[in-house]
Amino acid sequence: MASTLTRTLRQMPVTAMLGIAIIVAYAIVAILAPLLAPYGEAEIVGAQFEPQGGDHLLGTDNLGRDMLSRLIWGARNTVGVALVTTALAFAIGAVTGLLAATLGGWPDMILSRIVDILMAVPALIFTLLALSALGPGVWNLVMVIAVLDATRVYRLTRATAMNVIVMDYVEAARLRGEGTWWIIRREVLPNIAAPLIAEFGLRFCFVFLTISALSFLGLGLPPPMADWGGMVRDNAALITFGDTTPLLPAACIAVLTVAVNFVVDWMLHRASGLKD
Amino acid sequence: MLLDIQNLKIEARGDDGWTPILHGVNLQVGRGEVVGLIGESGAGKSTLGLAAMGYAAPGLRFAGGRVVFDGTDLLTLPDRRRAALRGRRIAYVAQSAAASFNPAWRLIEQFCEGPKIHRTASRADSETFARELYARMHLPGPDRFGLRFPHQVSGGQLQRAMVAMAMACRPDLIVFDEPTTALDVTTQIGVLAAIRQAVESFGTAAIYITHDLAVVAQMADRIKVMRHGREVEEAPTRQMMQSPREDYTRSLWAVREFRRPERALPVAGHPAIRIADVTAGYGSALVLRDVEFSLPKGATVAVVGESGSGKSTTARVITGLLPPVKGRVELNGQTLPAGLAGRTREQLRQVQMIYQMADTALNPRQTTRQILSRPLSFYTGLTGRARDERLEQLMDQIELEPKRFLDRLPGELSGGQKQRIGIARALAAGPEVIICDEVTSALDQLVAEGILRLLSRLQDEQGLTYMFITHDIATVRAIADEVVVMRQGQVMDRGARAEVLDPPRHPYTAELLASVPQPDPDWLTRRIAEGAA
Repeated sequence: MASTLTRTLRQMPVTAMLGIAIIVAYAIVAILAPLLAPYGEAEIVGAQFEPQGGDHLLGTDNLGRDMLSRLIWGARNTVGVALVTTALAFAIGAVTGLLAATLGGWPDMILSRIVDILMAVPALIFTLLALSALGPGVWNLVMVIAVLDATRVYRLTRATAMNVIVMDYVEAARLRGEGTWWIIRREVLPNIAAPLIAEFGLRFCFVFLTISALSFLGLGLPPPMADWGGMVRDNAALITFGDTTPLLPAACIAVLTVAVNFVVDWMLHRASGLKD
Repeated sequence: MLLDIQNLKIEARGDDGWTPILHGVNLQVGRGEVVGLIGESGAGKSTLGLAAMGYAAPGLRFAGGRVVFDGTDLLTLPDRRRAALRGRRIAYVAQSAAASFNPAWRLIEQFCEGPKIHRTASRADSETFARELYARMHLPGPDRFGLRFPHQVSGGQLQRAMVAMAMACRPDLIVFDEPTTALDVTTQIGVLAAIRQAVESFGTAAIYITHDLAVVAQMADRIKVMRHGREVEEAPTRQMMQSPREDYTRSLWAVREFRRPERALPVAGHPAIRIADVTAGYGSALVLRDVEFSLPKGATVAVVGESGSGKSTTARVITGLLPPVKGRVELNGQTLPAGLAGRTREQLRQVQMIYQMADTALNPRQTTRQILSRPLSFYTGLTGRARDERLEQLMDQIELEPKRFLDRLPGELSGGQKQRIGIARALAAGPEVIICDEVTSALDQLVAEGILRLLSRLQDEQGLTYMFITHDIATVRAIADEVVVMRQGQVMDRGARAEVLDPPRHPYTAELLASVPQPDPDWLTRRIAEGAA
């Protein structure tokens, strides 16, 4: 076991290693936020728009809050919420997708048509509508994005599971008299795990970007929670003065997205069995 | 000398660097000569065939030697000049025509592609030539045939269309890579005749790759036997057929000699399975009509017929995967519920399946131990030490060493070993009836014979009843007690092996038997003279 792990690590391309290193760094920052941040999340510690350097390494924002502290707390909020949302989307999408593929017939028909309807409405408009109806709030945000993203996960799960369902070993399990859950868990799921894990990485990026975009529009995480999308909006005015401060949270978003994609690329490559 | 391959070495990329798969092979083909390459899978036949075009598949590389085609070494030629030769002077016919044609284009469009790219003939000329070739290949309505799409013609016709396509630029050499392996015997004979006629009338040289000795004997002037990337021996066809030098070659020749002695079967009591008056199908399309036969206890009943005859559908009706529209299935005299869901665990246990493709029959993510443990605990509730003992017993029965094989994944097993695990999974249930669906047709002959011997031994020891679905008459002769001949969803004839086959009682049985290639170099010539193709 240990030898296969070291071997996998040894054969890993530089980009994937870089990606994993960045993701681990983000995770550490998010988990240790209370220890790392010099000031509190919503604490007003200085004048508005103080320049970078001095007491405040990255300056202060439009209300006089420490920029560095808010970036660190923002890692926890933005990444944490995106992670929970993606996990929920996968729980819903993968379970329904697997059921549809395994049962076939009516359950498949009904689930697939519901998904078709949800996917027919442009996602951002749907989210905006749902959020204005339900009102802002972290859990509403998580639920709405999770349900919408679950439709994509459903499609992928169903399609990959369909390829496995037709295999003779699944037929053999059916003939043995195995129940639906056993077939899903033991025969199907292990064989579609690789594309699902890769999809998890990609979905996470999209969810993360959606939350940032919504925050930028003012419908994301409610203030005074620090989140990177909102921070770009709050400080956008500084751009006109040639100040790079609003680009910092944007850079945090960009770097994490690229890092996750590096890792996903490598995993997809391994899953597809290509050697070049 | 048209093609002269000298000391060719090819390596494959593995996890730990490059490993050789061809260890210095020589091959000479003169103008107009047909050379047969024969050997089990993994022998390097296809690799050598592709190398004759100066091509190595992805993950492979040339590691030494020369491939001299008409005076030029293909391995040192720039890519562009090599590409100019392919299709024009050297052509290739693949095993699966269905996978090799572009489904979106009409056949004649694809035929004209080669002459167009190589500028060897005008569009009008190549269309005329296509029609001429279609006529020579006995394709139906040769003037209109090319207007069809690949899915609109049968497998045998498509394979013939591909042979015609290979001839489009009038090449000097054609590489045939198992062109009839995927076809039924009754279809194969037409394709073989078409290939031979085309090659003879245009004086084309050919390399004919196959694992079927009887086929290569019809086609080749000279035969080369390969194994593990090395040459075993080479000789003119007749000499090779009559007096092979090497032991390995002799073992290939001897494979079809396994015969199970005729036995007296107990007649008393209910048959293990009786299929009564079954009509079944998918949607409104009926695949089976009034099928009726039974599997006597302890007997091997072979069900034979071409693809599409309803053999596998009958198996699906017996196992309950496809409830019949009409009729019923009895197990030991008791009518079984039609659908899978209605059957008890005990009824399910009694009927087990072994599949054709061991690759798809075993979950690639489960070890042998997991694969075999599940039916044991599911049906018999065995756990812990008792289950481990039974596992080892099962492994002994299928002649695989428990210590070495129990913790391997299917990917770490050979084709024959995988098939043995499939057998063990069926045995683990302790069944009365085992349905074997083409279990040997994806295996090399030596390996297949091992599986047949194993199945016979298990039957003698445990009194199993087999329903043996196959299209291979040699297998039927080797092991069957009774034979059921099916065609287009109906039973043509059934009875004891000798009654049905020796001599063939039904005209269709006679046609099936006569289509099976014999290891006699004159067989095809005789059959063509008799008007079979």
